[in-house]
Amino acid sequence: MREFRASVFDAGDLRRAHTRIAHEIVERNHGADDLVLVGLYTRGPAIARRLAAAIEGFEGREVPVGALDVAFYRDDIGLRTVTPVGPTEVPVDISGRVVVLVDDVLFTGRTVRAALDALTELGRPRAVQLAVLIDRGHRELPIRPDYVGKNLPTGRTEDVRVRLAEVDGGDDGIELWDVHDEGVGEGIG
Amino acid sequence: MKHLLSIDDLDVESLTGLLDLSEQFLAVNQRDIPKVPALRGKVVASLFYEDSTRTRLSFETAAKRLSCDVMTFSVAQSSVKKGESLRDTVQTIAAMGIDAVVVRHPAAGAPHRIVDWIDASVINAGDGRHAHPTQALLDVLTLRRHRELAGLRVAIVGDVRHSRVARSNVKALHLLGAEVTLVAPPTLLPESLEGWPVQVSHDLDEVISEVDVVMLLRMQFERQREALFPTVREYTARYGLTEVRAERLKPDALVMHPGPMNRGVEVAAAVADGPASLVTEQVANGVAVRMAVLYSLLGSGASVA
Repeated sequence: MREFRASVFDAGDLRRAHTRIAHEIVERNHGADDLVLVGLYTRGPAIARRLAAAIEGFEGREVPVGALDVAFYRDDIGLRTVTPVGPTEVPVDISGRVVVLVDDVLFTGRTVRAALDALTELGRPRAVQLAVLIDRGHRELPIRPDYVGKNLPTGRTEDVRVRLAEVDGGDDGIELWDVHDEGVGEGIG
Repeated sequence: MKHLLSIDDLDVESLTGLLDLSEQFLAVNQRDIPKVPALRGKVVASLFYEDSTRTRLSFETAAKRLSCDVMTFSVAQSSVKKGESLRDTVQTIAAMGIDAVVVRHPAAGAPHRIVDWIDASVINAGDGRHAHPTQALLDVLTLRRHRELAGLRVAIVGDVRHSRVARSNVKALHLLGAEVTLVAPPTLLPESLEGWPVQVSHDLDEVISEVDVVMLLRMQFERQREALFPTVREYTARYGLTEVRAERLKPDALVMHPGPMNRGVEVAAAVADGPASLVTEQVANGVAVRMAVLYSLLGSGASVA
């Protein structure tokens, strides 16, 4: 069974969420100095670039953007096939800076846990914060986001589908689907 | 995939997947800390019944960079010297609890037998003159980083008869669409080439200016039990990549050698160290390829099923 449930964000909502999160990041950190936005594959890097563009728009300051592949740091290697998605590229030394991890959907928290491990091998940030477009609940670890586009209560058999033009093609949007028999990648997000 | 015994275990898709994964590990190996926790707690035993420098160190480095524990078995200091059979040795090591064994053995097919004896993944690091799949993988990875493989013209030159590297490379290169020509005197070719997707030449001077890549093979003196060519000097004169002969290569041609090199025999030192040579790159890429193989076999979930 695969059934469309609801549209969560359209392109306009997504744009406004990006803008708000960008402002919150700068407000919370008293400016954009020492910030690094690090996106988690697959869609995190694209979201991080959008946030950086927004910050540059109102703060007049370029914020470095990186990409992190957490595959080799996951705790479910051997339980399923874990394939890296893209190259880890962080253009600056993160030591002493505030790293904002960026992802599309926060689910079990295991991806973020892996990302924290991956980060420690790149340096020692002054602080690490977390920005996500959707927090869908079902956390399996003590991890919470600092910046959230939308809190979306979901069932385990539901799937949150994020579409970003530069990654997925088509128009931006976030939808909720029921994928009862296919099984959501349990424990992946 | 649970074992890697031969390039025959791979199709185009899985071969390309391994090469793509190797690229990720090449990036890991560039980092200040070239190590990831991916296979923490996994135990890899290396079991080498033949001498090796690069393959053994390469596998052990690869395993360590994936956070595996490595058990090193050295035949010279083992109970093999007391007459222990391969089967007993392998089962003893397996009983200590291992997830993979990397095996090199002078007998073709030895790794295939081991698969029947133990539960761990088996990786063939060279069996007799049969197969050396990770060498072929690192060679095609190295080439792929420089050239489009489809339609690439590759000459494999030298002691094909005794070469597992040649056998594995022919298969891997063919899978990826390269055109292979074997160049050797008739005595250094296998008795039958039936089914090999290759062209054959006995004259290096005839092909040297037409190929994109020259892959030299080591003259395997230790496997030769009869006189297969008159003298080393005559072999070099006809089949060695000498400096004079190298001048007839295409300007952008590439030179490869799996090592260890007999400098001055199959390749001139100046050519091996020259700008066309990929020899050191092959070694660096070997670690990444072996990381990809270990990760694919031990991290895929196949081993827990």
